[in-house]
Amino acid sequence: MSNIFNASIGRKLLMSITGLFLILFLLVHLTINLFLLFGSDAYNQAAHFMATNPMIKIIEPTLAIGFLVHIIYATILTLQNQKARPEKYTARSAGNSSTWSSRNMYFLGFTVLIFLVIHLLDFYVKIKILHDESIKDVVVNGETMHDTYTLVQAKFEIWWFDLIYILGAIFLSLHLSHGFWSAFQTIGINNSHWMKRLKTIAIIYSLIIGVGFSIIPLYFLVF
Amino acid sequence: MDLTLKVWRQKDASSKGKFETYSISDVSKDSSFLEMLDVLNEQLIRENIEPIAFDHDCREGICGSCGLFINGRAHGPDYETTTCQLHMRKFKHGDTIVIEPWRAKAFPVIKDLMVDRSAFDKILQSGGFVSVNTGGVPDANAIPIPKEAADEAMDAATCIGCGACVATCKNASAMLFVSAKVSQLALLPQGKLEAQRRAKSMVAKMDELGFGNCSNTGACEVECPKGISIAHIARFNREFLKAKIND
Repeated sequence: MSNIFNASIGRKLLMSITGLFLILFLLVHLTINLFLLFGSDAYNQAAHFMATNPMIKIIEPTLAIGFLVHIIYATILTLQNQKARPEKYTARSAGNSSTWSSRNMYFLGFTVLIFLVIHLLDFYVKIKILHDESIKDVVVNGETMHDTYTLVQAKFEIWWFDLIYILGAIFLSLHLSHGFWSAFQTIGINNSHWMKRLKTIAIIYSLIIGVGFSIIPLYFLVF
Repeated sequence: MDLTLKVWRQKDASSKGKFETYSISDVSKDSSFLEMLDVLNEQLIRENIEPIAFDHDCREGICGSCGLFINGRAHGPDYETTTCQLHMRKFKHGDTIVIEPWRAKAFPVIKDLMVDRSAFDKILQSGGFVSVNTGGVPDANAIPIPKEAADEAMDAATCIGCGACVATCKNASAMLFVSAKVSQLALLPQGKLEAQRRAKSMVAKMDELGFGNCSNTGACEVECPKGISIAHIARFNREFLKAKIND
């Protein structure tokens, strides 16, 4: 294992492992969020379960590390890639050999990061750090918990707020459409048969994430 | 057909290059791209202008010497074609064609459109060989090799080392080239023995020479004149990671 992370493929391995971990996290996150469509009790209970689960104490810092490693190594690798071609081409016709998303992963990742900061300030910081007074308690099935449903509902009734969240979901979805199969390719879990399969699964997965996260703001906007 | 050519001119590696515009008329649509450049060079010599330097050798699409970045694409607008096998029928009368050298830190320009691709040789010297003594010719079928493995090794071995993968990659990564060499050897019994050591030393050399990191855009396999698949890159990653974990 010596010096594995000094090698290009070793650094990319870190991108893949953290990427796959974040991919898994997004599925869990979306599942919880979809409870919003089933009313306040259902969502508050789901959110309460996530917040009080003993596992969360380990998963939360792991998640933060996962994000950090993914972002730091993306920056290192992108800077190296910039240096690998000091003189740029004057004419460039890249569209016929690769997808726009695959060429702009760092840009897409950056938009997702901006969204993540907005998102954390709106909910995580408000609920967990500031303990904002606007968040009332609610009793569901005899258990007292934060009424996060009302907080989300109030936010999502603002149209431009919904727009930010839908744009966030679109950029995330584009990032994942390449990132998903690319992670498997880098780890070496791919071959000529699985190439098509992984790319298809990548599209299905990124659509689930993109559409799934967009449905929620749209739901609050319409109903 | 009449064409306008915007050609990259650069005196030597240390000089700053720039585009020069040349007009050429009555180009036969049946001539190859390099033949068109030959005609242009004749014209330049008559006009007392130094002819354009470009690499070429076999002009049959098998040696890997030629390679120009034409209108924003490695080896021009055709697929699975080297520059010498690109024909002028792919262009129209009145077109303006932009011709640039491969651009990568690891491929410095020697002159005009010629680049130094010895970085590829250095990668091969670091591990792209079989050093075990394989002895005399074995009996037929004494060493069984699955047909799929033989086919895939053969596909990888079609790499001519032209450098189009590096040229087209947005990161100037050499992963397709190196993976083809790794696959070609790792799939067959003689090469398998050193597969892990080879992968490690070739990665180290490739990184050292200043090639970029692969981001799996897949542009290389589309522009590769031999259509070499990025599935080889997955095998290369696997070989490298296996080797590193065993360390």
